[in-house]
Amino acid sequence: MSAPPLLSVRDLRVGFATEGGLLQAVDGVSFDLEAGEVLAIVGESGSGKSVTAQTIIGLTRSKNSRIEGSVKLDGEELVEADDAAMRRLRGERIAMIFQDPMTSFNPVYRIGNQIVEAIRAHIGEKVEKAEARRRVVELFESVGIPDAERRVDDYPHEFSGGMRQRAMIAMALALEPEVLIADEPTTALDVTIQAQILRLLEDLNREHGLATILITHDLGIVAEVADRVLVMYAGRIVEQGTLDEIFYDPQHPYTWGLMGSLTRLDRPRPHRLPQIPGQPPSLVDLPGGCPFRPRCPHEFSKCTEYPGLEARLAEAPDHRDRCWLTPEQKREKRQVEGQIGLEAPG
Amino acid sequence: MLRFVVRRLVGMAIVLFVVSILVFLIFNVIPNSPPAQRLAGKNATPTLVKSIEEEWGFDESLPVQYVTMMKNVFTGELTSYSPRIPVDEQIEEGIPATFSLSIGAGIIWLTFGLILGYLAATRAGGWLDRALTGVAIAGISIPVFLLAPVLIYFLTYKLEIFPNGGYVPLTEDPWEWLTHLILPWFTLAVLSIGFYSRVLRSNMLDVMNEDYVRTARAKGLSERRVMTRHVLRNSLIPVVTLFGLDFGATIAGTAIITEVLFNIDGVGLYAAESIKRVELPPIMGVTLYGAFFVVFVNTLVDVAYAYLDPRVRLGASAR
Amino acid sequence: MRNGDGPWRLALRRFLGNRLAVAFLGLFFLVVVFVLAAPLWANHVAHSGPNATHTLEKLHVDGETREVVTPEGKPIGPQWFEAGGKFFLGADSRLGRDEMVRLMYGGRVSLFVGVVSGLITTTLAVILGLLAGYYRGWIDAVIARTLDVLWSLPVLLIGIALGISLAVGGLKIGPVELSGGSIWVPILVISIFSTPYVARPLRGQVMALGEKEFVEAAIAQGAGPLRVMFAEILPNLASTIIVFFTLNIANNMLFEAALSFLGAGVQPPNSSWGTMISVGVELLTTQPLLAIIPGAMIMLTVLSLNIVGDGLRDALDPRSKVRLEARTGMAEPEGAAV
Repeated sequence: MSAPPLLSVRDLRVGFATEGGLLQAVDGVSFDLEAGEVLAIVGESGSGKSVTAQTIIGLTRSKNSRIEGSVKLDGEELVEADDAAMRRLRGERIAMIFQDPMTSFNPVYRIGNQIVEAIRAHIGEKVEKAEARRRVVELFESVGIPDAERRVDDYPHEFSGGMRQRAMIAMALALEPEVLIADEPTTALDVTIQAQILRLLEDLNREHGLATILITHDLGIVAEVADRVLVMYAGRIVEQGTLDEIFYDPQHPYTWGLMGSLTRLDRPRPHRLPQIPGQPPSLVDLPGGCPFRPRCPHEFSKCTEYPGLEARLAEAPDHRDRCWLTPEQKREKRQVEGQIGLEAPG
Repeated sequence: MLRFVVRRLVGMAIVLFVVSILVFLIFNVIPNSPPAQRLAGKNATPTLVKSIEEEWGFDESLPVQYVTMMKNVFTGELTSYSPRIPVDEQIEEGIPATFSLSIGAGIIWLTFGLILGYLAATRAGGWLDRALTGVAIAGISIPVFLLAPVLIYFLTYKLEIFPNGGYVPLTEDPWEWLTHLILPWFTLAVLSIGFYSRVLRSNMLDVMNEDYVRTARAKGLSERRVMTRHVLRNSLIPVVTLFGLDFGATIAGTAIITEVLFNIDGVGLYAAESIKRVELPPIMGVTLYGAFFVVFVNTLVDVAYAYLDPRVRLGASAR
Repeated sequence: MRNGDGPWRLALRRFLGNRLAVAFLGLFFLVVVFVLAAPLWANHVAHSGPNATHTLEKLHVDGETREVVTPEGKPIGPQWFEAGGKFFLGADSRLGRDEMVRLMYGGRVSLFVGVVSGLITTTLAVILGLLAGYYRGWIDAVIARTLDVLWSLPVLLIGIALGISLAVGGLKIGPVELSGGSIWVPILVISIFSTPYVARPLRGQVMALGEKEFVEAAIAQGAGPLRVMFAEILPNLASTIIVFFTLNIANNMLFEAALSFLGAGVQPPNSSWGTMISVGVELLTTQPLLAIIPGAMIMLTVLSLNIVGDGLRDALDPRSKVRLEARTGMAEPEGAAV
């Protein structure tokens, strides 16, 4: 551990007041993001991954939200920062792109216009519209949008899905941020386009050293680009480690479930598509103990006690998980029909 | 954009044609009595009926009748028969009053509706928001012919705050013009203010949940910019089109009743009096011109909508 | 929430929980009872029909003699129960007719026209919507264009034109013949012009439903178009139809009142609340109640129908409206992507 991490999240809690009670979307999440690394946050819908990301740049602040904990960017505390400071930071230091590029652009303005707007919102006095526009053309070229000069004046619906996402990425990069948060950037795209966008994100990370948080439910994507992985469930991290650690030595049953539900070309076809049994829990009334217990076929008596996020393998001090099973038990139980998976009881 | 406008103009021409045929059918064909007799009205003498028959060509085939009717209308030959006054002259005389009433009311209800709607949306759930809901529902349900007599009775008769109906041209006396119109404006506007504020509020709340507003905030735009350039701009589009349609409908509809109740000398009053006297030619004329006006306004609204929302103009589907 | 409750029971329970809607439903029923009681009142209390004139009569109350209509033509004001219920609301005009009796009978006409044209409109709209939405193609093109043209016309103006034209001339289409004063003339006029407002959204819904799998499944099982339209699509439209029908009655009543007020709707000897207002407005400064009370009745009825309609919509499809007030007392939560 040489330099302090670029982004440091400690014990982040985010709750929303709803008709049914307090919904705890994020419940004690801590992680670091080093400069230049790609951190993947993986989980189902409702796991809290998007809320975590949005909270980092303050998008979840509202009358109904309760935010506690600490988020530090270069040592600067963000949770308590005032709205003006957060506005300056968004786009300039941390940029975020979202899942659906069609609805993420305002349909009534030209795309170039919207990116110029982003640029001028931050450095307005120093930059003229024409100059900003030139910068947008450059950005378009750098993210691989052909015929950039003309396309800058197009409307969002005149772009294809993949092009739109590239434009979103261009907009995110416009002010040269230190961190890029990509929330399900490829989920709304065709599979072939997905690969292109991932390639682009990878290049940006490698060539510009852009630290990236990649949020997804798709482990396949994670395997392509991530350095480290966080697995989230019910608003908490249930496992974290390097890419290799997670893929070759997953420690948490939920992770086994995620991996088991991936169909793989290099293995024999399972005679039944594997699923993780049960439903994600309601975040309003969480049962005590391990949050995954109701769905876990390997649960036992100790699971009524809430497991801490700890490194349980001596040889991998940064590979942490929240499961009471011993490493030997885990190695044994995760083998289902010759590969890693989560077996349903019976 | 140009192609779109041309397409709309062609559409408008078709609709106008259909309207004219409709009016022709309504007045001359559908009813089950001799048309000349009906047109002649109350003081029908046999000679009058005969001359009407010739003038309008009722002994000819239907298509010829139609052409004759349109010719009569557009060359200003349409006249009521007792007394003999050209219909288009009467309509022209009534236009300033009708426009003063409608345009004034329209400006009032749009302005207040938008302001209140914006406030309700930004303070969603608050007392203003709930009060507005109540006002809106009441507004849709209070008919003009209840509100107007109540206002007239209490504010012009009992309390004598406002003059008792009538219209004073703007060129004659601006102050009197204003005081005579305040109650009618209020009557017309009150019904719509609640409705429009609710429409804007609902649009704004929808838009505020849209992804592109989230993007705008994620870009680091100031809250004011997010609200005006993104939320308002997109929320207003349906409001503008709604207003255009409503405005046309008002001039050709609710304004008539308001003019009758407040005794305002506009086109609507002319039409109402013709109804009372069972004079068909003026009604025909007012209907035609009114319908033309409304179709024209609707087309304008379509074009404005396309200007404001590029998705419409470029014929794109959501992809 | 008990298990096994069908969607209609659930909807009923939701509706009954909406106190505002239930209260106004009660109000609407009161209005209906009020107008249905017309003959009772006329025969046993007021001893007068709605069109019977009493211009030269005098009332004897507490030893005082009151003229029903003064020589100057001013009708008597509300007597309430002083004259045993006669002229409860006074006389309506120079003709000296009992205003209360007229109010009740006029209400019958207003409600009748509103409800019957509502039935006709809804039926027409359902048929047109089903045809257009199911068959699409040129059938849809024709229906949709026609609805568009109708919808873009100034409804009151053309309604007036048609109303007065038919009032003068009567109607004859094939075997159907209506005299000018028939009550079916305004009913027809209102029905025709109301239809686009209901048919357009219904058509949209039918088209959306037609894309759903259960329709494809029915067709794959060999169901013919009639079966698909009436057995598969129509039941899913039911809640929309109910809501639209309720709101449509309210609109129709307002439309009828406007037409009748101007003289192009209900014709003498029939009278409705709308015609009563036009009579009453002429005496606004002397007997304001004559114009205001029928107007108030219209408003109460229309308001009740609107609130009930809104309540039905909430009960049958709660997703369509976002609630204003969360039970925790805080404002509605913003959309949070979890």
